[in-house]
Amino acid sequence: MRFSFSEDQLLLQKTVRDFLEGECAVDSVRALWETETGRSQELWGKLAEIGLPGLLVPERHGGMGMDEIDLVLLLEETGRSALAEPLISTAAVGVPLVCELERVDLAESWLPKVAAGGAVLAVGHATNSFVSDAHVADLLLLPHGDEIHALPREAVALERQASNDPSRRIFSVAWTPSAKTRLCRAAQGRALLAAALDRGALACAAQQLGVSQQLIDMAVRYACQREQFGVPIGSFQAIKHMLADCQVKLEYARPAVYRAAHSVAREARSRAVDTSMAKAAASEAALLAARVALQVHGAIGYTWEQDLHVWMRRAWSLELAWGSGAWHRARVAEALLDRRAPAETFGYCAPGA
Amino acid sequence: MDLTFTSEQEAFRKEARAWLEANVPAEPLPSLDTAQGFERHREWEHRLHKGGWAMVPWPIEYGGRGANLLEWLIFEEEYYRAGAPGRVNQNGIFLLGPTIMEYGTAEQKARYLPKMASSVEVWAQGWSEPNAGSDMAAIQATAVVDGGDYVINGQKTWASRGAYADWLFGLFRTDPGSERHRGLTFILVPLDAAGVTVRPIEQLDGEAGFAEIFLDNVRVPLKNRLGEENQGWQVAMATAGFERGLMLRSPARFQNTARKLVALYQQTVASEARVDPVLRDAVVRCWMDAEAYALNTYQTVSRLLEGGKIGAEASLNKIFWSELDMKLHETALSLLGARAELLPEAPAAQGVAGWLDGYLFSLAGPIYAGTNEIQRNVIAERILKLPRR
Repeated sequence: MRFSFSEDQLLLQKTVRDFLEGECAVDSVRALWETETGRSQELWGKLAEIGLPGLLVPERHGGMGMDEIDLVLLLEETGRSALAEPLISTAAVGVPLVCELERVDLAESWLPKVAAGGAVLAVGHATNSFVSDAHVADLLLLPHGDEIHALPREAVALERQASNDPSRRIFSVAWTPSAKTRLCRAAQGRALLAAALDRGALACAAQQLGVSQQLIDMAVRYACQREQFGVPIGSFQAIKHMLADCQVKLEYARPAVYRAAHSVAREARSRAVDTSMAKAAASEAALLAARVALQVHGAIGYTWEQDLHVWMRRAWSLELAWGSGAWHRARVAEALLDRRAPAETFGYCAPGA
Repeated sequence: MDLTFTSEQEAFRKEARAWLEANVPAEPLPSLDTAQGFERHREWEHRLHKGGWAMVPWPIEYGGRGANLLEWLIFEEEYYRAGAPGRVNQNGIFLLGPTIMEYGTAEQKARYLPKMASSVEVWAQGWSEPNAGSDMAAIQATAVVDGGDYVINGQKTWASRGAYADWLFGLFRTDPGSERHRGLTFILVPLDAAGVTVRPIEQLDGEAGFAEIFLDNVRVPLKNRLGEENQGWQVAMATAGFERGLMLRSPARFQNTARKLVALYQQTVASEARVDPVLRDAVVRCWMDAEAYALNTYQTVSRLLEGGKIGAEASLNKIFWSELDMKLHETALSLLGARAELLPEAPAAQGVAGWLDGYLFSLAGPIYAGTNEIQRNVIAERILKLPRR
């Protein structure tokens, strides 16, 4: 039992944070809002140089061969910097899905390309009728009942759905399933779709931790500078207590997210409930931080010009991706109260209990 | 990161479970806030001590088991699972004990810790005064050096376990010209000393859980000082850190209550024609929060075992568990409906009165150990670095 990260993991987190501070400043995030794809091939290439898209790709396929416990802290950093690139669909969900399909041809043709920064994956799921980053994906992995199909982008028709978060690019996808596109079905399909959902939820939750901290930090900075009644507004208890509540929510979402990473990496029996708890808690923390950070900023926070809404919109759109907080809480309820899935009490009812 | 228990830890759990199953009283003890209940709880502590379970993470020479904090968490999980009695000496074993471990001299450790572990000496807290509550730095009770003694004068109040305890620990002003946090000293006072008057205070639940303590020219030897003279604030903050941050409320307490809440929900759904769906969500939120609290605690313990310390983040903890405890009990009372108001002596109260007791107790949570408003100030100023006023 050791609930902490290794020095190497923390060092990698620091490396990614420094990298993103340089390469993913808020101005460049906003500049991408105005572009056709909203994505930067140059930035994706640099992310590949530090190993991010291929973090979960096995070493034999040219990746880093790491696991979700290594990835979770890095995704947190991408949330802190509001990175828009398709890391969740490619690195966190797509890569493990391709690995688990046990289709050597697919793995050999796609994984090395992903690790090198030469391919992007998009993954659909029944919890969301839209597919994120389908427009830049080289390969789309799409559900059809309990089947999973793989299609190149040329084989599908995309209709963009404008999102309240300009960093988010989501699409309705029209496509025709066939025996040729089908990768798996029945029990295997259901298991892989369930795993994809848990991985997507975990990745969103990790980004939400970073988004929350960034929103709190911005509000704190503003509250220290902005003076009213002759003093910084951050000296007022009304402001202090709102922000303290945000930090409490965040600090109790954090271990739930880290535990979910452990459960995904180690294929724990309680993986579904653990990831749902993580997503529900991180969503709530991020939504509260967004609400409070706006209130602390007052009218200036309500402008398009102020950068605050870059992260507010991330908080809102991450809440909706891979199952909303309410959806995940309902899933915990079904497991816990209707006994539909294993819901394990940490420690208290551990193996042998 | 490895969130599985080692085989040694599993063996430790089994050992604790076996002892508790053989020793936990079949019937719940009377309330520890009554004279009779207090002594019954003290007897239970003697038994725990004899079995070597009184203070799991302390060195054996001080009456502990010589285990680490992870094993303590496992023990706590088993303790709540077994439905064992409340710890009457929690002020001693969970708050003062760890503080003595950090600030005490070798002589003090040998003098106080073994009798604390065995509950031969039960401790009360002496922080608050009539004019020093949330503003603890406004303490006025004085301790003046006279020869080899401190002569103590003043009044302490809301002293938890004060009505029946043997000893008091608290802060006293040793520098008469000092203000606020400076000039305070942490002193240990025997409650049977001449000049001590204890007046029990009836609490919201009708029992004497705390007391006023009047100190009139009470003489205690200088060696009863913990830490340096006029450095008492720093010592007290360490005590508060243990209280708020880790030991006072171990997660199993809330996980156990959450487990009972889930059972209560399932019984209610099975027997009632209509259950507000809002309560379903409330139950799930409580359970998830109890889990989050456990996860956070395991993270804290891992950090402490790797050489970290408990700092201002203890305030995050205190807010979280105290609010969780209220939500757990509020939800239970809502599920109980008309029976929620029943006192234990009511014929129809079978199996439900504990929730009301627990609810009343939970309402004290955001007040004791520093009000939650003070904790929010601490978080804002010391963690977020917002400006002080």
